[in-house]
Amino acid sequence: MTEAATRQAPKVAKKKLQGYVGFANYPNQVHRRSVKKGFNFTLMVVGEAGIGKSTLINTLFNTRVFPDKDESTIGETRRGVEISSMSAEIQENGVRLRLTVVDTPGFGDSINNDDCWQPILENIESRFDAYLTQENRVNRSKISDNRIHALIYLIKPTGHALRAIDIEFMKRMHTKVNLIPVITKSDTLTQDELVGFKSRIIADINYHGIQIFKPQWESFEDPEVINENKDMLSKIPFAVIGSDKIIEKPDGNRVRGRLYPWGIIEVENEKHNDFIKLRKMLVCTHMEELKDVTDSILYENHRSQKLVTMGHEQDNTVFREYNPTAQMEEERSVHEARMSKMESEMTAVFQQKVQEKESKLKQSEEELYARHKEMKQVLEKQRQELEEKKKRLDSQTRPITPLDKKQKKGLFNLS
Amino acid sequence: MSKQQSVKLTDYVGFDTIAAQIGKKIFKKGLNFNIMLVGESGSGKTTLVNTIFSKNFLESSGRKQAAEKSRKTTEILITTSVLTESNAKVRLTVIDTPGFGEQINNENCWVPLVKYIKDQHVAYLENEIKPERERVIPDTRVHVCLYFLNSGYRGLRQIDIEVLKRLCEVVNVVPVLSKADTLTVDEKMKVKEKVREAIELHRINIYPQPNPQDDQAEIELNNKVKKVMPFAVVGSNLTYEEDGEIIKGRKNPWGIINIENKDHCDFVLMRDFLLRTHLIDLVEVTSYKYYESFRTEQLQHIRDMRGAQPAQTTQQAQQTQQAQQVQPTQPTQQAQSANPFSIAIPAQQAKSPSFTKPSVQSSRKYISNALSK
Repeated sequence: MTEAATRQAPKVAKKKLQGYVGFANYPNQVHRRSVKKGFNFTLMVVGEAGIGKSTLINTLFNTRVFPDKDESTIGETRRGVEISSMSAEIQENGVRLRLTVVDTPGFGDSINNDDCWQPILENIESRFDAYLTQENRVNRSKISDNRIHALIYLIKPTGHALRAIDIEFMKRMHTKVNLIPVITKSDTLTQDELVGFKSRIIADINYHGIQIFKPQWESFEDPEVINENKDMLSKIPFAVIGSDKIIEKPDGNRVRGRLYPWGIIEVENEKHNDFIKLRKMLVCTHMEELKDVTDSILYENHRSQKLVTMGHEQDNTVFREYNPTAQMEEERSVHEARMSKMESEMTAVFQQKVQEKESKLKQSEEELYARHKEMKQVLEKQRQELEEKKKRLDSQTRPITPLDKKQKKGLFNLS
Repeated sequence: MSKQQSVKLTDYVGFDTIAAQIGKKIFKKGLNFNIMLVGESGSGKTTLVNTIFSKNFLESSGRKQAAEKSRKTTEILITTSVLTESNAKVRLTVIDTPGFGEQINNENCWVPLVKYIKDQHVAYLENEIKPERERVIPDTRVHVCLYFLNSGYRGLRQIDIEVLKRLCEVVNVVPVLSKADTLTVDEKMKVKEKVREAIELHRINIYPQPNPQDDQAEIELNNKVKKVMPFAVVGSNLTYEEDGEIIKGRKNPWGIINIENKDHCDFVLMRDFLLRTHLIDLVEVTSYKYYESFRTEQLQHIRDMRGAQPAQTTQQAQQTQQAQQVQPTQPTQQAQSANPFSIAIPAQQAKSPSFTKPSVQSSRKYISNALSK
């Protein structure tokens, strides 16, 4: 195969330009084109009720994507997980972004949360399937990309380690979506507690082999960029707070933050929390990488699995001499052999079970007989005893009075 | 006929020292105080207890290593310590419940809790009805259960409602909103409001309960406490220096939280409530409300059992043993062989083990065994 490949690929030689050609302008053309088209980004947020999903999204994109959830949704006992998505088109410096945020209310809120990830997993996979169907259409000019590009998983700031539900969820999702774990309400942890908490979370993630999204960089990039990325990586998982209120500080500045009796925590202060880093990674620097990984790795894996199960087989003619009919016959004979073996096994098992059941029934029957006899004997004895008593009592002259019988009234014997 | 009259004394007699005498006697007898902590891992139970008693005598039961597996069920972890202050000695038992609410499926996570509480009642009752019992019965009954809520916006979660309902039937429950440093003043009010609403809606009987014997001062105090409940607390045993004075609190880049500042959190209110004003009340309510109802139920049951077997002679006792083993199930045969005296052959045992719940059945066994000794 390698010979054929090298024969087909053209010889690539490096040449030096001797004048100005002008293709250096190509990235700008791409840029203009994409800006005209606009971008889209789909984000899914998963976390318990009250952990700060809506506030975080509103803070991230500086828009009220989610309305205030105060009185209306309280008291609703949800059964299971719902999937609800909101879209917003926002514009910045002429660049249009169609942002879709998928919310998952009800996750982890019930007493029994078995399989609470199932609806979420199904939603992600159905989006992949929808994209696959669009790709396989005859007319592919309009493909809309609704796949989830990133999943933000919100972790409760317990200060200990990941909970069973966190680990379980991430284990099931990390091969289907870019996982970004985020600690919310991080103002409940001091800096020391946070360091310990983050290290335990990373230890848990590594122990269970969970692949979370990590910013990558190439060695040839700017050292500044590399440092930034390294810094970002060191802070994962990000510990953030969200706020939709603007507070006026004592020195006159107006900042987005939370006002406490003991101080003001600022959302955009890197010393207070990692919000800036999260927003940078998610929106400024790595949005394209998230989409790329979704498309090239996650989606491709899903697609290969799906096509194999749908019946498409790996086309082996590309690789070697291949006789389709012989292959089919081989497969059929193997299949038939397997079926007959299974059949014989099953009949053997069935017969064995029937025998066991029969012997058990016989045993219990014998036992019942024995017991019946015993009980009959006891009853006989009792009857005889009673008859004797009756005879004795009949023969006596004095009648029986209640005072003869010893009676106990209550617990205390006040005779 | 005895007549009761109220007499006003003109000279000082001196029996108003009775309070001090009682106090001395109580401490000689030894006061047992048992607190149960119920809440998810990481809700701040251990820190809070250490903060209340100003001593790190409890260790957190959370999962620390990645290789450690999370607990499969609610466990009971008991730590007993003797605390001395001035000349007062208290035997404090803290019952931690690691594993509560930690699994993915938390159905019946409250069963070990209720079982433990009931078992303590059983042990006390056993000791109490012994013909020769000790002068001071060791009191392991749970006097108060601190239930830790998460400071979320939604008030009570489903699991909270279920567990609170069940716990309030057997023990004094005090709900606590821990890690309150994540709530601003407005949010705190809103959350407390929601929790109180939910408690009322589901008719959960949180301590303190109104008592017809309370006097005006007590009623006022209880109302004041109820307005603050659930206590929004922050726990810490670390001290920092601020403006020259040493404060216990938590330090953050944006400020220092002073635990003992009433504007910052309700820690002081809760501590005073638990230890300085309502300690004895908690012990008493456990005794006359929860323990009494348990005791009444048990002894009533024993009386019923005794009532079903009026003429119990030793011979018949032997017969009952035999009959029990063979399990006669033909009442018609007995009716046929009935004699004019119709001595009830005790086939219908009041002890029908298959129909009662396991914990109650075991306690009944305890009681009847104790009685037959």
